[in-house]
Amino acid sequence: MAMFELTGVRKSFERTEVLKGVDLDIADGEFISLVGPSGCGKSTLLRIIAGLEDQTDGSVRIGGDVVDGIRPADRNLAMVFQSYALYPHLTVFNNIAVPLRMRRLSALQRLPLVRWLVPGTRSAECGIHADVEKVAELLGMRDLLHRKPAQLSGGQRQRVAVGRAIVREPRGFLLDEPLSNLDAKLRVHMRTEIAQLHRRLAATFIYVTHDQAEAMTMSDRIAVMMDGNIIQIGSPDDVYDDPQDLRVAEFIGSPKINILEGATVGEDRALVLAGHRIPISVSEQAGRSISVGIRPEAMRLASSEGALVSGRLAHKENLGAEVLLHVDVDGQSAPVIVRLDHGGARSIRIGEMIDLTFAMEDLRLFDKAGRRVGAKAAQKELAYG
Amino acid sequence: MSTARGISLWGLLRHVLLLIAAAIVLLPFVWMIVTSLKPQSEIFLSEIRWWPERLHAVENYTKAFDRAPLMRFLLNGAIVTVTIFMLQVLIALPAAYALAKLRFWGREAVFALVLFCILIPPQATAIPVFLLFHHLGILDTYAALIVPFTISAFGIFLMRQFFMTVPDDLVDAARMDGISEIGIVWRVMLPTALPALTAFGIFSIVAHWNDYFWPLIAVNSKELFTPPVGVATFRNEEAGTDYGPLMAAATIIIAPLIIAFLLAQRRFIEGITFTGMK
Amino acid sequence: MADVAIATTLSQETAEPARRGRPRLLAKLRRPLAALTLLLPAMTLMTLLLIGPVVAVLAMSLTDYQLGAPSWSFVGFDNYLELYGDRVFWTSLLNTLVYVAIVVPASMALGLGIALLIESGTSLRAFYRSIFFIPVMATLIAMAISWEYMLHPQFGLINLTLKSLGLPAQAWLTNPELALPTIAAIGVWQLFGFNMVLFLAGLVSIPPHLYEAAVMDGARSAWSRFWLVTWPMLGPVTMFVAIISAIRSFQVFDTVHVLTKGGPSKATEVLLYSMYSEGFEFFRSGHAAAIAVVFLAFVLLLTILKVRVIEKKVHYA
Repeated sequence: MAMFELTGVRKSFERTEVLKGVDLDIADGEFISLVGPSGCGKSTLLRIIAGLEDQTDGSVRIGGDVVDGIRPADRNLAMVFQSYALYPHLTVFNNIAVPLRMRRLSALQRLPLVRWLVPGTRSAECGIHADVEKVAELLGMRDLLHRKPAQLSGGQRQRVAVGRAIVREPRGFLLDEPLSNLDAKLRVHMRTEIAQLHRRLAATFIYVTHDQAEAMTMSDRIAVMMDGNIIQIGSPDDVYDDPQDLRVAEFIGSPKINILEGATVGEDRALVLAGHRIPISVSEQAGRSISVGIRPEAMRLASSEGALVSGRLAHKENLGAEVLLHVDVDGQSAPVIVRLDHGGARSIRIGEMIDLTFAMEDLRLFDKAGRRVGAKAAQKELAYG
Repeated sequence: MSTARGISLWGLLRHVLLLIAAAIVLLPFVWMIVTSLKPQSEIFLSEIRWWPERLHAVENYTKAFDRAPLMRFLLNGAIVTVTIFMLQVLIALPAAYALAKLRFWGREAVFALVLFCILIPPQATAIPVFLLFHHLGILDTYAALIVPFTISAFGIFLMRQFFMTVPDDLVDAARMDGISEIGIVWRVMLPTALPALTAFGIFSIVAHWNDYFWPLIAVNSKELFTPPVGVATFRNEEAGTDYGPLMAAATIIIAPLIIAFLLAQRRFIEGITFTGMK
Repeated sequence: MADVAIATTLSQETAEPARRGRPRLLAKLRRPLAALTLLLPAMTLMTLLLIGPVVAVLAMSLTDYQLGAPSWSFVGFDNYLELYGDRVFWTSLLNTLVYVAIVVPASMALGLGIALLIESGTSLRAFYRSIFFIPVMATLIAMAISWEYMLHPQFGLINLTLKSLGLPAQAWLTNPELALPTIAAIGVWQLFGFNMVLFLAGLVSIPPHLYEAAVMDGARSAWSRFWLVTWPMLGPVTMFVAIISAIRSFQVFDTVHVLTKGGPSKATEVLLYSMYSEGFEFFRSGHAAAIAVVFLAFVLLLTILKVRVIEKKVHYA
């Protein structure tokens, strides 16, 4: 049984529809990323799961129970916010202790001074103390417990926010862009830490990000959202290798996938690309324009007779381990990016003509509406490619 | 070289000018205190005497305390200003939070109403409020001194502006942690708003300690007089003859605020100007 | 563990099918209900103590209500017509405007002058700022009593000083020609420190590189830099200070009530004092309400002006 079940979730603010009927099942212990450009509705979806926002329509189940109308605090979920949302007036210890105190102590036991007169406060506080210490140990921040958030670095604050979330062993963790306020180096480091934390806790993580690299590196599954819909959901490999939508293809992967303008021609509906006839048969009527996606790493240098695409080298980006070539191809609006291993294309100079080739199975074809289009290799000619 | 000398010369002149101005500005205070130390015979003199030949401080101050219940006035001032401020916070903070952080139908209308209420000068409503209190039978009580100021539209506005700068995430985190809306006001918003609240508190306490118009109207009994009304009555009774004790009384009345000011000048100046701009 | 226990009770509760429909409605109402509870005390008091009384004062100004009188009736604009024909009212309004016309420019000029003097050097800035601020927060009533003694015709410090300089003594508070300017002078003394702080804040916010640019552009004297940079950059602050000073000085009452009671021969009769004596000494509430409406109209006008100025400068989100 799925831990989280979303059916037909819609949300409108005033007149704009932010979520247009989202269905999503999340398994127990799964790490799922909601990824998409800003304004796609991913954060709203997370907030609806959290109960911070009420959906206009549809329902959310957690562990089989409908939670619509249940207060956020009663859903037993924990959330890590983009800005960490630490209480600035409380020490790290007290920040982590808040969710425990709110749950384990009565209202009377939370009053200043009076609380110590109520029976049971002391023993409950002892338990809280032990649990906070345990979490601090786990996250390696025991010596920070008595500091205030203002005295912490960005990474440390982030860790406290995580600590506050994990301290009460909730049914699921909601993470709303938790790394986007960190510098690039720390962000990469924290990716590993969060992934390891997920493995250790074996709890369900729902992770919202606009950074496809974060989604790719940590998740079991990725849900790509655009304009209030989930347009594809699958493992990182699925989403990368087999995008069902042009927008998914363009969003996932860095550097971005190359999109070349092509068309289908003739009876056998072959693909014409930059003046070359590509020997595959497209399952789309002839005469239609086709967007052809080729990942930069699928591009290879070719001899002039084997060339499927040719262009002029406009720019070379040397990244050390790899080199990115920007190639201007006639009739294409954007330069084609070619990704080669270290040392590749060393002899080619800017401004020179370059010939490129690729394998037929690396082509991803999309129709005018951006939908994925199937293609079959024309048997006879495949050997030639 | 010549510029360096020019600057130091100007620096000297600046101090001379400012010190002269300061002396003039402080003269009423100095003269008040000096007079409060003088015997009657030295007060009615046809020459300027900057320091009394015969120190009469003890006599004047004892007389002031004897003739008027000054301690009572000060106590009333403290009771009234502190109660007003606490009630203002109690009432304004939840409203400010709702206006800043909750989405509900009619929020803009409520906020517009608050803005309008800031414009109303307190003297303009004195007559109806006086009549209301007359009918309620609460004139000449502490309640009459306190109730009209329990609602501070400006306080709501000020705190709302401050709460707008508190990240929404913090409020949501508190909700996830299980804190109720009213709990968020006191446990999350109040601690983060302490600087703004201090400024507002100083403004509120100074304004109501010094207020003369309303206490003059609202109370008749000497036991309820606030410091300004008390000292004004004392002066009327003395009919401007016995200046020594009168100046002693005036000195005592302004002393608490002046001392507090000297202890926390920066906070006072910020509090009164930034909130007093209303 | 306790959390697990809570989690299980929660699942049992929510699993009950009977609760399915209700939570949705409750959830819809929860936020507005929370807002209502949080706003209720403030809204009630605002209605009772601010909005209600403003409406009441408008309504009362159309009646002949008198406190203690057995009956009252609606008299239309009679109170206003009476004010229109009342010489004392016009004197009162004129005196108030004269008071404002003295206090606003004088307290602004002094405030700006002192602020510039303080800003022109670096030493003892905080010290001077505090000194000049003391009158702003000292209880005005107590200080009025000190002023009264300083202004004493025979034994007052001011006349004694004048005499020692060979100048004639003046009856500051009893001479009809001098009484209002004297009261205004006390007003300036009390207010200029407040304006000074606002000007100081304005001066600090002028970027220093503008002065450097002015020097590079050939503005050699401090005087020309003042007119080239300081004055234009202070424009919005100046406007703001002018309106705030006007609102504050429009409310002059304390000094008049203690020192002159509106005299001599109505020379210091000001709006609030008229309203006070009509309303709370003669208990002609309807008449006093009409004066209050006039007062309110002036203050509202000034405040709206101020809001305009603020909106040009600051954007409240």
